[in-house]
Amino acid sequence: MSTPQPPMPQTAAPNWQAAPGSSYPSYTSPIPVVRTHLGHALASEWTKIRSVRSTMWTLGVFVLLVVGIGLSVAALIAGNASEGSLSKENPLSFGFFGLLLGSMCIITLGVLTTASEYGTGMIRTTVTACPSRGRVLVAKSIVFFAVAFVVTLGSALLVALADVSMLDAREPSGQEWLKGTLGISLYMALLGLLSLVVGSIIRHSAGAITIMIGVLLAPLVIALFMFSESLQDLQQALFEYSIPNQLSVFYSQSLSNSGPSGWDPLWIMLGVTAAAFAGAYALLEKRDV
Amino acid sequence: MSRFSVGGMIELEGLTKRYGEKVAVNNLTFTVRPGIVTGFLGPNGAGKSTTMRMILGLDHPTAGQVRIDGKRYDQLKDPLTYIGALLEAKAWHGGRSAFNHLLCLAQSNGIATRRVREVLETVGLTAVAKKKTKGFSMGMGQRLGIAGALLGDPRILMFDEPVNGLDPEGIHWIRNLMKSLAAQGRTVFVSSHLMSEMALTADHLVVIGQGRLLADTSMADFIERNSRSYVRIRTPQRELLLDVLHTTGITAVEAGDEALEVDGSKAEQIGELAARHGVVLHELSPQQASLEEAFMQLTAESVEYHAHADALPSEQQELRRQQQQWGSEWRRS
Repeated sequence: MSTPQPPMPQTAAPNWQAAPGSSYPSYTSPIPVVRTHLGHALASEWTKIRSVRSTMWTLGVFVLLVVGIGLSVAALIAGNASEGSLSKENPLSFGFFGLLLGSMCIITLGVLTTASEYGTGMIRTTVTACPSRGRVLVAKSIVFFAVAFVVTLGSALLVALADVSMLDAREPSGQEWLKGTLGISLYMALLGLLSLVVGSIIRHSAGAITIMIGVLLAPLVIALFMFSESLQDLQQALFEYSIPNQLSVFYSQSLSNSGPSGWDPLWIMLGVTAAAFAGAYALLEKRDV
Repeated sequence: MSRFSVGGMIELEGLTKRYGEKVAVNNLTFTVRPGIVTGFLGPNGAGKSTTMRMILGLDHPTAGQVRIDGKRYDQLKDPLTYIGALLEAKAWHGGRSAFNHLLCLAQSNGIATRRVREVLETVGLTAVAKKKTKGFSMGMGQRLGIAGALLGDPRILMFDEPVNGLDPEGIHWIRNLMKSLAAQGRTVFVSSHLMSEMALTADHLVVIGQGRLLADTSMADFIERNSRSYVRIRTPQRELLLDVLHTTGITAVEAGDEALEVDGSKAEQIGELAARHGVVLHELSPQQASLEEAFMQLTAESVEYHAHADALPSEQQELRRQQQQWGSEWRRS
C-alpha cells in the first residue's frame, strides 16, 4: 500500500531533558541593534501610505476633481464671458469649486491613514513595532501632511496658471498668488490632518469620515434653514466660519464682508487641528489598542 | 525586579486586567525563561491573549506589572530585535503586499530590507511576496505573522495560538521552528488551548483558567503527576470482590456505570486474587488518564464556556450563566 503517510508527529519521546537548569544560554543576534527614532517611523509610514491602493484612488480622484473642474470652469467662463466683464475679477478664484469638492478626498485619505489601522488590526502590529505611540502619530501626521500639501499645491498651481492665461481678467497681486496657491494648499493639508487626528480618536473609518463631511457641510446647511430673526447672528457666524467660506477667503471672495479675512482661516484651522491633535495624542497613550 | 544579567526573561508580577466587572487576568505571577519553550495553556477566554497583549504594552494592566529583562515594553529602544510576536492572525492591511507589510515593519526598527527577503524565504512565502495579503489563506496569514515575529531575529519570541489554521505540514514546521529557536538560547513563549499540542512542543508549562494561575511547572513534572494509571473492573459479584480487595489492602472506588476503579497498575494482582477466590470478572482493564484529561480536570473549575451545563447543580448553573453573559458583553464591547 502506498497511501501517503500524513506527516503527523512521530515524536514519541520528546526531549524533556533539553530544559537547562540554572545556566541560561542567551541568544545574541547577528542583526545590529538600532536605537529607533522618528526617522525610522517616518520611513515606515511613507512605505505604508504609498503601498495601499486607497492612497492612489483618493489622490487620483482629488487631482481629477481639482484640475478637471478648475480647467472646465476656466474654459466655460472664457467662452461665455462678454468683453471686459471679468476685468475686475481675481482669475485665481475660479479654482475654488474644484478644491471644495476635492476636499472630500483629502478628508477620506486623512481618516484612512489612522482609522484603517484599527479596522484591519494593523495598529497592534504598528504599536508593537513602535511602542512610542506618540511617535507613530507624529510620523503619520508629517508624512500625510507633506503628501497632501504637495499634491494640493501642484494641482492648485496648475489651475491657477490656466485661469490666468485663459481668462481676460486682471493680473492677480503677489499676495493673491500666495494665498491662492500656498495658502489654500496649507489649509487643505491641515483639513486633511484634522481628519487624520479625528480618525485616530474615533478609530472607525466610516464614522470619522461621516463626522468630517459633517464638519465640512453641516454649518452651511444648518445656516440655510435658520429663518428666525432671533437666530440671525448665529446664522451669520455659521456662514462665515463654515469651511467652504473659509476656503473662499483665500480668493478674497467671502460670502459676507465680516468674519474671517486675509490669512485668518489658516490660523483658525491650525488652532483647531492643534487642539484635536493634543486630544488624540493623550487618548492614544491612555487607551488599549 | 530582575537580578539576572542574562537576556530574555519575561517576568509577570501580580498582573491583573479588568474590563468593568469582568476580570480577564487575575493576579498572574510567573517568569518565562530563555532556552526552553514555555507553553501557555488555558481554555478559550482564560486570558492568554490579554496577558500577551499586556506583555507587549498594547493593553495597560489594571494592576501589577510585566517586565522584559527589567524593562517595560515601551522602554525598549529596539523592540523588534528584542522581542518578536505573532498576535492574532491577520493584524495587517489586506491591501498591502506581504513584502511591503514586512518592509514597513523593518523600517520602523531600522532593519535592513535584505532581512525581509530572508524571513519571507524562511516561512515559504517568497512566491507570493508581491501579492496582496487579503487573498491569503489562514495558513499563509499565520506564516506572514510568524515572518513578522522573526524579522528582527529577536531573543524573545511570543506566539499566540500559532498552529491555528495551519495544515499538518505547517503544524510540523512550526513545532520544529519553536524547538530550534529555543535550542539557540532564545525565549519562546507560546499559547495554546490544546494540551496535546503543548505536550509535543513545550518544556515548561504555565496553565491559567479564568485569568488565574493554575499551574507553573515543568512539562516532565506535569506528565508524571497527571498521567494517573488505574485499573477498571466490572463484576457481577461486587460485594465479594470488594471484601477480597479489602483484606489485601487494595482500595477500590465506585466509578459510576457499575464499574470499580483501583489506582496504580495492579491488573495482574487483582486478576490473580479474583481467580483464587472464584470471583467472576466481566472486565479487568488497565487504564491511563491522558494529559488532555488532566488538563481538563485542572481547568474544570474555571472553564468559561461549557458545552453542557445541565449536569451542574442549579446554583452553579446560574453562576455560569452570569459568567457567560459577562463574557459575551466583554466580547461585544
